[in-house]
Amino acid sequence: MLNLARKDLLLLAGFIIAVAAGPVIMTPLGLDYPDILQKFAIFGIFAIGFNILFGLTGYLSFGHAAFLGVGSYTAVWSFKLFSMNPLPAIIFSVILAGLFSALIGFVSLRRSGIYFSILTLAFAQMSYNLAYSVLTPITNGETGLQLEQADPRWLDTAVFGLDYGAALPSSSLFGVSMTGYPGFYFCAALLVICFYISIRIFRSPFGMVLKAVSSNQNRLNYTGINTRPYTLTAFIISGMYAGLAGGLLAVTDPLAGAERMQWTASGEVVLMTILGGTGTLLGPVLGAGIIKGAEAKLSQYNDSILTGFYDFLPETLQHAMVSISGLFVGEGWHLTLGAAFMLVVIFLPGGVMEGVRRIGRLFSKRKRGSGDAASQPAE
Amino acid sequence: MATLLDVQGVNKTFGGLKALDDVNLKVEEGSVHAIIGPNGAGKSTLLNCFVGRLKPDTGTVMFAGKSLLGILPHQINQAGVARVFQTPEIFADLTLHENVMIPTFAKTDGAFRINAWQAVSGRKDVHERADAILQDVGLYEKRNDHSGSLSRGDKRRLELAMCLVQDPKLLLLDEPTAGMSRADTNNTIDLLKKIGERGITKIIIEHDMHVVFSLADKVSVLARGHVIAEGSPDEIKGDARVQEAYLGGTHP
Ligand SMILES: Nc1ncnc2c1ncn2[C@@H]1O[C@H](COP(=O)(O)OP(=O)(O)O)[C@@H](O)[C@H]1O
Ligand SMILES: [Mg+2]
Repeated sequence: MLNLARKDLLLLAGFIIAVAAGPVIMTPLGLDYPDILQKFAIFGIFAIGFNILFGLTGYLSFGHAAFLGVGSYTAVWSFKLFSMNPLPAIIFSVILAGLFSALIGFVSLRRSGIYFSILTLAFAQMSYNLAYSVLTPITNGETGLQLEQADPRWLDTAVFGLDYGAALPSSSLFGVSMTGYPGFYFCAALLVICFYISIRIFRSPFGMVLKAVSSNQNRLNYTGINTRPYTLTAFIISGMYAGLAGGLLAVTDPLAGAERMQWTASGEVVLMTILGGTGTLLGPVLGAGIIKGAEAKLSQYNDSILTGFYDFLPETLQHAMVSISGLFVGEGWHLTLGAAFMLVVIFLPGGVMEGVRRIGRLFSKRKRGSGDAASQPAE
Repeated sequence: MATLLDVQGVNKTFGGLKALDDVNLKVEEGSVHAIIGPNGAGKSTLLNCFVGRLKPDTGTVMFAGKSLLGILPHQINQAGVARVFQTPEIFADLTLHENVMIPTFAKTDGAFRINAWQAVSGRKDVHERADAILQDVGLYEKRNDHSGSLSRGDKRRLELAMCLVQDPKLLLLDEPTAGMSRADTNNTIDLLKKIGERGITKIIIEHDMHVVFSLADKVSVLARGHVIAEGSPDEIKGDARVQEAYLGGTHP
């Protein structure tokens, strides 16, 4: 079915159930509100796409936030000019991010290794600076691109005769507003589709060649494969994923700013992918969830909450603990992220997915071990 | 018999060092042509000029009537030239089966094709071809292992399978038994003899005289970048210049 092997079909089914039940699963963690759930889905898409490039070919891009930004700007322009319907918005986002990544990929992929990474980083910073200054007519510079009452929304007004009245409209899919839970389920449906496409790519001859690129590009050339168009295609696909994610950010909250393209945003998707498990199907989604979840949780804490938490301690100790843990939460949550990332890279280089595999092996070994003991009691 | 590979006046200089000095070579279709010579004679450099890794300073390399110079390695392979390297070049992170499937895809689907919507498991033709070749080289039992964990001899075998699965017109073998035990060397000779039945034209660079004399139809001797003698294995054995330049030196 769906041209997937049994084990992948099960994976997809499990994934769909987990995503659909997301609000319930996240309740114990206190992360069951639509805003954060939308973020999980959107950054999950971003990371899945990034993993198609980095996980398969080993080409580490430090500039994918540029495509995220292009996606967001495009979606907002689609809202302004055509329609508040999210479908044309994300279609334009994907197409434009695809074109943009074809351009950047074509140049950057002339180099490999660290030089490739630096080139992508340079391009992304260039895009960020352009969006911030020179391209102000398109990006609205520092303020960011926003909807306005006077926007033409040509398709909505002229063809469908919609009138949004005095209020600023929100994106809506044939009457269903893309805020709150409907917005989450819209993103979730796209996440599932993106995950399915990623499985198909991983299991295809194309995906196998991409894996071979990271293994031994030299051999691949002497084997009759022209590696450049393969890596460029992977780059464009991952750029389109990023564009979709950027478009969805604008769908759930119709504004776009240059900071979305900054190198910190590019670095974040690298962290998500490595943290979850580079080159695995599920890892990038998990990594995205962990980082966005930790951000939401940890940045909520402030000194007064911490003081309450350490109430049981004597006062001096309480002060000390509050100021120490204060470093790791609130604004300082990045410190926690950095520390966690270091621990993972050192002890679990395969990310969370390697941890899952190790635990799985431990259990299967124990089971096999007890089976052996039962069948060969003489030893 | 027709000439499959025709090398004329090839020169290659590295800095001041003349690695190839006016090399002329004709490889007959269907033959096994050995190139022997002391270390540093320029044998690997010569092969590099055939597969697009190096460009000769002067000279021509014609393969089946078309020049191999100025085109890219993947184009040369697609034209029908496959190469086994002196140090095995395989996809160490992939399984043996995948290692052999990739060259098969290169053969069936060409140098580039976005077959991202196909399932590898659905390509029965490729699976069967890859399995058959792994049987032939005796690695079928290990097909799901990661190839990085193989012994050096097995890596060579795998690389050979990766070339054979493409049914090349010309197979270049750079010291296929270097670093192998006597037993492994004999296995490799047997394997190469078995492949010989397919009629693939081969160029073998070899140090081991035993290998050369049991496989080759014709031998060229390279010394300091120049072909100093050429002939049947028996003629080469008796050639005084060869004795002096090569056999005498390394086999006292
Ligand atoms: N890429 C290179 N750059 C500089 N010198 C090289 C290069 N490749 C080979 N050489 C030199 O050319 C000579 C021939 O080398 P090679 O073809 O590897 O010899 P062999 O006959 O042992 O295979 C050697 O002296 C070697 O050092
Ligand atoms: Mg050599």
